Amino acid sequence: MIRVILPPHLRGLAHVAGEVELDIKGTVTQRSVLDALEANYPMLRGTIRDHITQQRRPFLRFFACGEDLSHEAPDAPLPDAVASGAEPLLILGAIAGG
Amino acid sequence: MNKVRVLVGTRKGAFILTSDGKREKWDVSGPHFAGWELYHLKGSPADPNRLYASQISGWFGQIIQRSDDGGKTWTQPGTPPGERTKPGEQPKGESNKFVYDTSSETGKPLTTHQFYDGTQHPWEFKRVWHLEPSLTDPDTVYAGVEDAALFRSKDGGKSWQELSGLRGHGTGPKWQPGAGGMCLHTIILDPKNPGRIYIAISAAGAFRTDDGGKTWRPINKGLHSQYIPEPTAEVGHCVHHVAMPRSRPGLLFMQKHWDVMRSDNAGDSWQEVSGDLPTDFGFAIDVHAHEPETVYVVPIKSDAEHFVPDGKLRVYRSRAGGNEWEALTKGLPQRDCYVNVLRDAMAVDSLDKCGVYFGTTGGQVYASADAGDNWAPIVRDLPAVLSVEVQTLP
Repeated sequence: MIRVILPPHLRGLAHVAGEVELDIKGTVTQRSVLDALEANYPMLRGTIRDHITQQRRPFLRFFACGEDLSHEAPDAPLPDAVASGAEPLLILGAIAGG
Repeated sequence: MNKVRVLVGTRKGAFILTSDGKREKWDVSGPHFAGWELYHLKGSPADPNRLYASQISGWFGQIIQRSDDGGKTWTQPGTPPGERTKPGEQPKGESNKFVYDTSSETGKPLTTHQFYDGTQHPWEFKRVWHLEPSLTDPDTVYAGVEDAALFRSKDGGKSWQELSGLRGHGTGPKWQPGAGGMCLHTIILDPKNPGRIYIAISAAGAFRTDDGGKTWRPINKGLHSQYIPEPTAEVGHCVHHVAMPRSRPGLLFMQKHWDVMRSDNAGDSWQEVSGDLPTDFGFAIDVHAHEPETVYVVPIKSDAEHFVPDGKLRVYRSRAGGNEWEALTKGLPQRDCYVNVLRDAMAVDSLDKCGVYFGTTGGQVYASADAGDNWAPIVRDLPAVLSVEVQTLP
């Protein structure tokens, strides 16, 4: 199982309290994780990446294993620790605004 | 006895205020969608329990919410909690998907608009400013968006299609953003003529369709904006809000950037009716539910100082359709007050006497149960109020 930690506002939209667990077949990548996340929680479509361009929204970042993976290619494999479920993929909102 | 439900959108959530017809004691529920900006909420005239809300975040973008029980519970249309997409199903999770039409011949963007620096710029969706439910069908709702365009949903907000005749009619390259962005903020559906819709855009002006949204034309004759290159241009005017009395369709009142205007011919021509207002800059404007010549505005000091003049919160009422205005002050702060009242933050109920409501950037929502003679705050300390709408319930 892949573990994903959503920012609080997206947990509210998805009606989940803690981590999200996703079953992904094949290579675990940013794209495959987000595809599975949106398939299971369609209310999140458009909130993490644009509906059309599939680009990450500018005030969000992807972290795992202490590394910022935001600028990795969407189809690049995520770290083994994420693929094995040992570590979660974190979707973080920028600290900004008022 | 009738009830009144006031829908309040703020910078940090939505609030629903309810009272009986006396409008003296209020229940306050909220915050709904705490922490999110709620640009606008509005109920369906055809089914008062059907509410639509525009929920926004700088991080997560646009969300559309719908309630089918008068605001007790909400869902994003098409994505009830726990419902998952199955193979072969229609795509879901598209209630926040607003995609501009492209040219059917070239596939390229339909048009560009003028940017702040005078260059041409492509349309980019930012947010929904205003939701206007159909007068007859609870599942049909219009959305006015930034960058300015009009969308319509016929499936209760699950999916949206642009009425692109508006952007495509030819004047688009002359539209430009106002300080708040290039937003379509006003949508008025004519109760006697189903094909007639009025919209207004900052900073482009007012437009009208008479065929249900296929074709549009600017209706800005008579507007004079001395701060634009051609003060009487066909488009380019910063219209802040337009209101129409349900009891007299075709009579329109406009709060322009500067100037309060009226039209007696469905916008074909306008006359200034600012008259003796202390300043004719402002955002909000509305009309009495039963007296079509009774108009309300909240004058704001200037475009450089967005607060009420002289530290006094005064609603101005004209019972003559403009020109002659009286200050309404009873119950409103008359010293040290420096709030603004935004364009969608004033509304009226349809009780007798007509109730008038407005919200401020200081977080107060004021109500008058006697057409403006006396005012009292329903709530004093909400986040900055972006919008106020009222439902009169049986």
